[in-house]
Amino acid sequence: MFMGYAGQVSLGHGAFAGLGGYIAVILSSNYELSPLFSIFISVITMAILAFIISKPILRLKGHYLAMATLGVGVIISIFLNAEDELTGGSDGMSVDSFSIFGYEFTDNLQWYILCAVLLVFTIWMFTNLVDSPFGRVLKSIQGSEKAANSVGINVSHYKSIVFVISVVIATISGSLYAFFSGFISPAEASFSHSIELVVMVVLGGLGRIYGAIIGAVILTILPQLLTSFEDYQTLIYGAIIIFIMIFMPKGIASLFNDMKRRLLAKDK
Amino acid sequence: MLKINSVTKQFGGIKAVDDLSFRVKKGHIHSIIGPNGAGKTTLVNMITGVYKVDHGTIFLDGADITNITTDKLVYRGICRTFQNLEICENLTVLENVLLGFDKYMDKSIIKSCFRAKSILEDEKRHKDRALHLLSLIGLEKIANQKAENLSYGILKKLEIIRALGTSPELILLDEPVAGLNPKETAEVADLIKTVVADEVTIVLVEHDMKMVMQISDYITVINFGKKLAQGTPEEIVNNKDVIRAYLGSGVVC
Ligand SMILES: Nc1ncnc2c1ncn2[C@@H]1O[C@H](COP(=O)(O)OP(=O)(O)OP(=O)(O)O)[C@@H](O)[C@H]1O
Ligand SMILES: [Mg+2]
Repeated sequence: MFMGYAGQVSLGHGAFAGLGGYIAVILSSNYELSPLFSIFISVITMAILAFIISKPILRLKGHYLAMATLGVGVIISIFLNAEDELTGGSDGMSVDSFSIFGYEFTDNLQWYILCAVLLVFTIWMFTNLVDSPFGRVLKSIQGSEKAANSVGINVSHYKSIVFVISVVIATISGSLYAFFSGFISPAEASFSHSIELVVMVVLGGLGRIYGAIIGAVILTILPQLLTSFEDYQTLIYGAIIIFIMIFMPKGIASLFNDMKRRLLAKDK
Repeated sequence: MLKINSVTKQFGGIKAVDDLSFRVKKGHIHSIIGPNGAGKTTLVNMITGVYKVDHGTIFLDGADITNITTDKLVYRGICRTFQNLEICENLTVLENVLLGFDKYMDKSIIKSCFRAKSILEDEKRHKDRALHLLSLIGLEKIANQKAENLSYGILKKLEIIRALGTSPELILLDEPVAGLNPKETAEVADLIKTVVADEVTIVLVEHDMKMVMQISDYITVINFGKKLAQGTPEEIVNNKDVIRAYLGSGVVC
């Protein structure tokens, strides 16, 4: 949403997801808080952190913003590697099992259901949000910051809000992923993970909620089809970005829109 | 209503606006004219808080509004349009006009996420108001077209309509007919005279002398950031300094 609707690029969201995951895991393992409550605290902490860094960082635009978020991501990554007493260093740490109000998550099916429900719920909420006056403000910032400003919109305030929302989502997904896999390591917060997220959004289509989901599905399945190319994963991602940017700047989701339009045109 | 009190703005070595003072009366169409680079846009940018004022003060109805940011000034009743079009091309015509109503709209995130009834009703009400504004310039038929597909002339008008959505008391129009053909120019002049001037005080920056002379109540002429002359349109066309510096040079008319 941060990228697609407000036109901003972050190369740090992998790190935010990772750090959010760590906070939740540490709270639940070391301080024996319930997983749900740990995630809740992690979300609050990350939201505050995001709000604080958003003020200076979001003054930057385009490449500079991307570089700054990249920098923050690298700092987080180094921090997670270095603080080995707390985080287990580069070896990572194992995670207690997940439960909601005492209901234990033991097999994959339970996880699928939880994630599917969360996903559908999130999509529904964000589709509503994007269709609302709030969403229009975000699109106007992408269209023309000067125009938005001239009708009374505090552009930097909205950029901060969207940044915080996107970090909250990253934190939730990072935490859930850690509990699901039973293990967390600094790799979750690495640069390549951030890049992966950007590729998902670009591949699927900027400015469309379901675009990011199409991108995510493809990027999750693709590596399994290409296991023998594992060493070249980053290279392949790079090639995908370049290919998409040149041939379908609006992403795969736009192909469906084009098809829909053509079908409608035929009907007439 | 608006009082400009010896404001100065410097860019590097040049004083774009140099110790300039004047007043705008409530209900007037007050034009600011002057050759290219005279400092007109810079002045607009200072009044609307885009640029920080180096020296001097700006008062709105007696209240000091110097260096208040653009978005806050909208809530004080000041809105502007741009010399170089600023339209959100990724939005439809209607959505662009709806942006003008932004300051009246409820944008609570939680309510928006759950499609709260109050948000939907609010949106519906403002849509009707936006369509009404569009109908004033005969654009309600293309309300749902993307702005990127429309002609320059239509977008220039759209900008004025969008500004009206904020219900301003003072509107600053920076070259609203630049680049328009005579027919479009007449339409915009009409829009300014009939719709806008009815309720709003106007500061008009414009090079089109015919239009300026026709619709202005008062004119301030600036050159090299300084005030050269001021008066009614008749006084200005007969002013020797103005004729020498500007009108006589054959740049316009
Ligand atoms: N952001 C800026 N940085 C540096 N110089 C500027 C800036 N904005 C304006 N200037 C300079 O200030 C002077 C006045 O410019 P301004 O745009 O206010 O003129 P103008 O009267 O609006 O001219 P025009 O009729 O061409 O629109 C010019 O010399 C211009 O080069
Ligand atoms: Mg100008």
